Amino acid sequence: MTENLSPPAPSGFALETRDVSFAYAKAGKVLDGCTVSIKAGGVFAVLGPNGCGKTTLLKIFLGLLKPSAGWMKINGEITFVPQLFQVTFSYSVLDMVLMGRAKKIGLFSRPAAPDIEAAQSALACLGVADLAARPFQELSGGQRQLVMLARALTAEAEILILDEPASALDLKNQFLLLTWIKRLSRERGLTIVFSTHLPQHALTAADEALLMSSGGRHSAGPIREVMSEEKLFELYGVPLKFINFDYQGRPVESLVPVFAGT
Amino acid sequence: MFNRRDYKIERMIMSDHKFKQSKIMIPVLFAALAVLMLLSLLIGRYPVSAGEAFHIVFVSPFVEQAATEDTRWIVVQILRLPRILLATMAGLGRAMAGGAMQGVFRNPLVGPEILGVSSGAAFGGVLAIFLGFGELPQIAASAFAFGCLALVLAFILAGAARQHGVIGLVLAGLIIGGFFGSATGLLTYMADPETKLPNIVYWLMGSFAAATYDQVAFMAAVSLVAMPPLLGLSWRINILSLGDADAKALGVKINFLRWLIVVLVSLVVAAQVAVSGGVGWVGLIMPHLARMLVGPDHVKLLPVSSLLGGIYLLLMDDLARSLTGGEIPIGLLTSMIGTPVFAFFFIKLHGKGWSND
Repeated sequence: MTENLSPPAPSGFALETRDVSFAYAKAGKVLDGCTVSIKAGGVFAVLGPNGCGKTTLLKIFLGLLKPSAGWMKINGEITFVPQLFQVTFSYSVLDMVLMGRAKKIGLFSRPAAPDIEAAQSALACLGVADLAARPFQELSGGQRQLVMLARALTAEAEILILDEPASALDLKNQFLLLTWIKRLSRERGLTIVFSTHLPQHALTAADEALLMSSGGRHSAGPIREVMSEEKLFELYGVPLKFINFDYQGRPVESLVPVFAGT
Repeated sequence: MFNRRDYKIERMIMSDHKFKQSKIMIPVLFAALAVLMLLSLLIGRYPVSAGEAFHIVFVSPFVEQAATEDTRWIVVQILRLPRILLATMAGLGRAMAGGAMQGVFRNPLVGPEILGVSSGAAFGGVLAIFLGFGELPQIAASAFAFGCLALVLAFILAGAARQHGVIGLVLAGLIIGGFFGSATGLLTYMADPETKLPNIVYWLMGSFAAATYDQVAFMAAVSLVAMPPLLGLSWRINILSLGDADAKALGVKINFLRWLIVVLVSLVVAAQVAVSGGVGWVGLIMPHLARMLVGPDHVKLLPVSSLLGGIYLLLMDDLARSLTGGEIPIGLLTSMIGTPVFAFFFIKLHGKGWSND
């Protein structure tokens, strides 16, 4: 896996926005003057409660929505890992992963040997090569999410955008997915942006984070600066506490919501 | 209830060898179609031996003084061969069109009729008969022109509503198709019951009985223009079938691609209605059968569906001209035989290929 190290983008930033705003016709303004700089090769978490505009921001990154104001710059190819995926047709896992190559395959063409190789190696990279011939719809939620991640890898883009990748997964698969997000960034130099409503996921996997509140206010920065107990309380309205302890001789920092004392 | 034989059939068709199986499926179906086409030359009231038919079709065109006055030559070369070619091409086209449409619309109930093109073409044909243009080339030209007009109107309507998505297309097709359907009804109602009404009704029920080489050439030309690009786009149909948001995020120009496919499908459908009138069910059923056989990947599905359609429609036409002394309208046969056959496979194969999520 390490042989695929790609150098970070020259400017140092994979994605930059200045004062980006967006309003839906009916729901009104969801983004107001959002400014972020996402370091190339890092993991960036977008945090906030439901309805604060996380998905809207990701759609703007992807070019699926046009900001009503502001400025944005992207350094490199960008690709998307959708939230847990439903399919109409039960395509095989390999067929699903191959679709990640769409940009590299001509309008009237179909995947050739190099595409199939890329798809198989992406599945192998995530340790799910044995799923290739299975129908996608028969997979568990965790397996599906890994397959969608493999699909994004075959696009060979420098920036991956994941929309709440762990929200529908069980505990073990949440852990697995976050581990892969970290590894893909460290070992392949990918820039990974993911949204989540669980602050402990951001703490586990991300280097930097953007905190978005429903009021349109937001703050961005290195993970431990931006995620203070005060700011998190302000954001979620629930007290959260950092705890430090040793696990098997390693120091670990975790974040727990405080449900006691009601 | 668990039935061991059912299980075996299902295993045979849907096992992990599906991928390998699809590789032999296409040549096998191709060979089956070729054999059926040759056998169809022998079907009919006038007896022609296999050797004679072979000689007439494959040798006589290259012999300077062929016995073109011979009854056998006329039966095979003028009556049977163009009809066989036309029924085959109509089946190939219609079933491929249906497979493409079900993928694009992500809907199992969709056939190539969905866009209102066949209603438009049917109206065109009926209008020509109503106005007294009794000749087939005129009826076909009018049908093809109105089929294309229906598509243009659907495009304008979808554009005016700023709805180029799946729902916009379906609604536009429904509206345009509904209008042409009622207009066809009006003409049928007003038609002279002594002279024109029987022709209209008979034409609408579909038939290959009056097949000519002009029609064969026309259908072949449209098929050559529309079907190879449709096959070329088959992998893109997979991506389009994931849904608009995801296809867009994968870098596909969804509206352009969808309209391109719709235009190609419409050309095939309009041409088919123009030369043979309505033949329902082929475009709806064959893609389902193909999906149960080779899975949902449109790269395999479109050719398999197409070949099944060719075989099916040719077989139906053979029945249409040989079951009784007269002609049975093919449009009736395709539905009457198609529905129970489809019901059988539906039960045996449990509608495989679609997600049950």
